[in-house]
Amino acid sequence: MKVSETAQYLCKVLKISLLVVLLLGLNTAKVSAASSEGEPFSAGDMILHHISDAHEWHFWDGPYGTLYLPVILYSQDRGLEAFMSSRFYNDNHELVSYNGYQINHGHIERVGGGDVLDLSITKNVASMLLSAVLMLIIFSSIASRYKKGAVSAPKGLQSFLEPIIVFIRDDIARPNIGHKYRRFMPFLLTLFFFIWINNILGLLPGAANVTGNIAVTLVLAAIVFIITTFSGTKEYWGHIFNTPGVPWWLKTVLPIMPIVEFIGIFTKPFSLMVRLFANITAGHIIILSLFSLIFIFQSVAVSPISVAFATFMYFLELFVALLQAYIFTLLAAMYFGGAVEEHHHEEHEKVEEAQVDKALV
Amino acid sequence: MELVNPGIGLIIWTAITFIIVLLLLRKFAWNPIMEGLRQREDFIDESIRAAENAKAEMANLRAENERLLDEARAERERIIREANVAAKNLIEEAKGEAQKQAQRQLDEARIAINTEKQAALADVKRQVAQLSLEIAEKLLRRELSNESAQKALVQDYVSNLNVQ
Repeated sequence: MKVSETAQYLCKVLKISLLVVLLLGLNTAKVSAASSEGEPFSAGDMILHHISDAHEWHFWDGPYGTLYLPVILYSQDRGLEAFMSSRFYNDNHELVSYNGYQINHGHIERVGGGDVLDLSITKNVASMLLSAVLMLIIFSSIASRYKKGAVSAPKGLQSFLEPIIVFIRDDIARPNIGHKYRRFMPFLLTLFFFIWINNILGLLPGAANVTGNIAVTLVLAAIVFIITTFSGTKEYWGHIFNTPGVPWWLKTVLPIMPIVEFIGIFTKPFSLMVRLFANITAGHIIILSLFSLIFIFQSVAVSPISVAFATFMYFLELFVALLQAYIFTLLAAMYFGGAVEEHHHEEHEKVEEAQVDKALV
Repeated sequence: MELVNPGIGLIIWTAITFIIVLLLLRKFAWNPIMEGLRQREDFIDESIRAAENAKAEMANLRAENERLLDEARAERERIIREANVAAKNLIEEAKGEAQKQAQRQLDEARIAINTEKQAALADVKRQVAQLSLEIAEKLLRRELSNESAQKALVQDYVSNLNVQ
């Protein structure tokens, strides 16, 4: 009953708003891209601008709409320099050069040319730091519940996050890594929640596109690569350079297998990097493209369709945010599992594991 | 292409941020949480096992009780049966004893009666003989008081001797 009533109501509202929008659109509409005066609207530029990093956090046009972030530069001859990015803008919010530096397409350059290392707190860095603080607050507050009375039922936020933590332990780490999963748990948990929180923060309007930046995914994949390589057992390396079950001439005379396996070491984390970056960036591009349609057609009449599709995409992206965090964590766990896999020396292994656990604690 | 060109600054900041978050969370969140979870799971496992054990023990106890009750019942049966047998034996014994006693008394009485009877009979015989003698004397005295009677008697004896 209630559902059908609501549906009918929604239908009515939709019809009315469509009519209004159509009338408005037909009579008055000549919507121009708000920010660029005179310049024709370019969807590609707008989208690229939104998904790339910036030295300021732009919320809206006009006064107080922009949060200027600190710029930190290092060059051989001038040493370390730090100033606010507001120095690059004049009173009319136009780009100017400052102190021999200028911003060119979002990148800081020296005016005369020359090398400079940009270590600025950019929009992505700021957003990432925010997510880091959020994670620290959320999880240390939860952890206190476990420290106090270990044997008590979960409450509040804890009862939301605990199943996820248990899921990562029981369905990602344990089946893929085996009995040595314990030492990888802190990394896998941090990885999962770091990606997830940054994915979700990235979906907020005006937020940074952290996990859709290849530098971020590069670092995450590199850490996975380093952990995999350094926890590789004799069997792991043996499997790569002396693959069992392969004819001897494929390993010596025509060493295809070792080469393929060796490349595989790098392609695995590389795929992690590209997958997360591409998925998140693609989602942002699609949503932004849908909104760009309004400006491309220069008509408000397109907006209901754009909004409807963008809403759908938003829900999809919410799901993708979780899914990509899960996939990244799952694959990382599988790579770790491959690296620590052993088939022999059961007794020896257990002793070793106990020692490692003690060392980690 | 700018999108796939990672910035050095962001790489460095991401690495620093991620590693700091990882280390802090490992110390202040993941280790306590994993430990807490493990403890709780152990506790739940233990509780379930304890409950199972208690149930099994309960069943054992009930079976034991049942067994004890059965034993007690059997014991009671046995005691009652034995008591019955003992009582019957006692009665039989008493009866036998009483019969024997009665028989003995009867026999004694019979012997006594016989003895008494013999004595009485002997006495009666003696008295009868006495009386007979006295009667015979009295008769003879009256019969043989005259001469003719004495003669008749002698006659009679003599005639009887002749017949023979």
